[in-house]
Amino acid sequence: MMRRLWLMFAAIACLALPLGYAAAQTADETSMADTQLADPAQEAEAKALMESLRCLTCQSQSIADSDAEMAVDMRHLVRSRMQAGESPEDIRQWLIERYGDYISYAPEAGGITWPLYAIPAVLVLLALGLLVRRLRRS
Amino acid sequence: MTAEIGLAALWMAAALCMLQFIAGALATRSEGNDIGALTRPAAIVQGLLALTAFACLLWLFAITDLSVKLVATNSHSEKPMIYKLTGAWGNHEGSMLLWVAVMALSGAAIGALEKRLPERTIQAVLAAQGAVGVGFYAFLIGSSNPFERLPSPAAQGAGLNPLLQDWGLAFHPPTLYIGYVGLSVAFSFVVGALITRQVNPDFARAMRPWVLGAWVFLTLGIAAGSWWAYYELGWGGWWFWDPVENASLMPWLAATALLHSVTVLAARDALRTWTVMLGVVAFSMSMLGTFIVRSGVLTSVHSFAVDPERGVFILILLALYIGGALALFAWRASSIAEGKRFAVASRETALVFNNIMLCAILGVVLLGTLYPLMAEAAGDRVSIGPPYFNPVSAVFALPMFAVMAVGPILRWRQDSARRISKGVIVLAAVGVVTALAGALLSDAGILPILGLAFAAVIAVAAVMPLYGRKLSRTPMATWGMVLAHFGVAVALFGMASESGFSKETLAAVSAGESAQIGPYEVTLEGVEPLAGPNWTALEARLSASDGGDAVILRPQSRTFVQPVQTTTESALLNRWDGQLYAVLGQAAGDGRWQLRLWWKPFVAMIWYGSLLIALGGILAAVGHIRRSRRRKALEVRLAEQEADLLLVRRQEEAMA
Repeated sequence: MMRRLWLMFAAIACLALPLGYAAAQTADETSMADTQLADPAQEAEAKALMESLRCLTCQSQSIADSDAEMAVDMRHLVRSRMQAGESPEDIRQWLIERYGDYISYAPEAGGITWPLYAIPAVLVLLALGLLVRRLRRS
Repeated sequence: MTAEIGLAALWMAAALCMLQFIAGALATRSEGNDIGALTRPAAIVQGLLALTAFACLLWLFAITDLSVKLVATNSHSEKPMIYKLTGAWGNHEGSMLLWVAVMALSGAAIGALEKRLPERTIQAVLAAQGAVGVGFYAFLIGSSNPFERLPSPAAQGAGLNPLLQDWGLAFHPPTLYIGYVGLSVAFSFVVGALITRQVNPDFARAMRPWVLGAWVFLTLGIAAGSWWAYYELGWGGWWFWDPVENASLMPWLAATALLHSVTVLAARDALRTWTVMLGVVAFSMSMLGTFIVRSGVLTSVHSFAVDPERGVFILILLALYIGGALALFAWRASSIAEGKRFAVASRETALVFNNIMLCAILGVVLLGTLYPLMAEAAGDRVSIGPPYFNPVSAVFALPMFAVMAVGPILRWRQDSARRISKGVIVLAAVGVVTALAGALLSDAGILPILGLAFAAVIAVAAVMPLYGRKLSRTPMATWGMVLAHFGVAVALFGMASESGFSKETLAAVSAGESAQIGPYEVTLEGVEPLAGPNWTALEARLSASDGGDAVILRPQSRTFVQPVQTTTESALLNRWDGQLYAVLGQAAGDGRWQLRLWWKPFVAMIWYGSLLIALGGILAAVGHIRRSRRRKALEVRLAEQEADLLLVRRQEEAMA
């Protein structure tokens, strides 16, 4: 737990340096942030990815809908990497490695999030079972 | 002086609430004592006192009395009057006082008006109401006193968050609170009926207006919140699955299930236990919503732990009330006699199935909202957002829509699949044709296309119950159902077309240049500074044209003075087939401006649909109340006739 926390701090510090540098630079370092990609299909993929990434400095907003500096920087990162030919899932994995699972709004079934999918399914099966039994009786 | 009057009124209201609780509780314990007679007057006076306290707070905000801490930290003398007043509940203490006042007023309404149920049951209902109230008074006076004075008056107030200085958000919290409180009243009815063993159609009829009312207010509150997020946050999103939004959606889902279940109980005397259970769940969800929003647990579990006083208090209330209610339910559920039975093909089965689906969606939202908190407490941080909520809730929502289309054309108790087969074939054909058309003519995803198909099916199905009926003699409550179901179709249509067919253009343009969005060409004519009462702004002049006359749009980037904060004021152009949404972004530095433009087909249908749903709820409530009044009048007249007959017979006997 502690080790993980330290890793996260280290990762944020590493990322904050270049990001902070980028913020100090002129607009061209983040020029891709709000420039749509030329290929509409690729832009749609980028958009979908940005909508499922959390803006870490905002409260419950994705990087696709925030004016926060961090969101702007990350939009630039996503669009420029997409343009360079990386796949959305690669970018997501890269970000998760740096920032942890917290950055992705799309929890994967597995690891610690399997109950999210299992519990509703079990509950509904139970409820439907009860209903069927009740109907049989009458 | 006003602050002291308010505080005194609050203390007295709290004392009366305690009295109401104790008197009602004692009355249920033994037959033949009169102490229960205290509950009604206590409830009425308590309501008036709580109203007085709230009026005092409004007055303090209206005159900006800076010697009161709450006013000094949340208001400012330079603010427009309307936002001074709405600022009274735009903060923690004020909103809790509003909650308590609304709750006390509903108690007063029960005390003054409710005459249908046995007196014992009403006393138990008021006792339950008192028990819930006492906790909130303790919370308010103990840890969130809105009338606290400063040692010396502040020179100037700190202002209200500019995002909240807006019509949509000013009336969004009170609307939701009225809904939450309405569910607490429904819960009190459930407790009263459980204690006095009166879970029957009469109880369902007495409780139904409160459930319907709560549901209407929740619907309006959620729609207002979503509309506010849509145009005020400036990114064109209308639902974010944000925990605060989920906190209002969960009680709504539970209330929707409860509403349908209570209708079955009133009409058919079935689903007794299930209705009681849903009453408990709906109240628990509104308590949980309050906890999530008010405890600060959202920002982070850790910040909650640093200043836990309020959060822990609400958490204790939550545990006490939900735990108590569930214990009472477990203890008394077995004493509820089984309701009337029904066949597989019957309207009851359809309603129960959809109740289960609504509860499943509620479970998904609940899990998705609380899971990150639990994970964080266990040392892991995860985010759960649209990629989880959308598909998982759709798994339950889609079958629910299908059954919702068929349910209203099924008969109560027993029906045959053969009788409704013609209707089902028509509905299926409508659905398949729409889905095919959507899949062939557009490149939208699977969920939007299914959404469109179900919107079409539900729209047709909604009016089917009117088929073959004489419209002028159709009961008002049936019209309410038709309207509400049609509203669901309209809202679903809006959601599906917005998420399936929206167009986005981001452009950096200098004056004179244009950008293309959907059917429109948008030209930036210029950007000019502007000043308002407590803000300055940069306003863009955009001319939008789809080949015809150009329309001018004026999106702003506003900077508020007190406190300093920048907000985007989007500009909307409404057309029958959609909305053009324009936002002015940052200056690019080289004389160009960032513009964010969206074309959102039929997006406004989301909120028009919500209004229809609420209107349907109002019609149903009014219809039911009128009908029960008429029934009461009829009973009175019958009783009078009987008495007359008896008198005549006695006279005849005396003559003979």
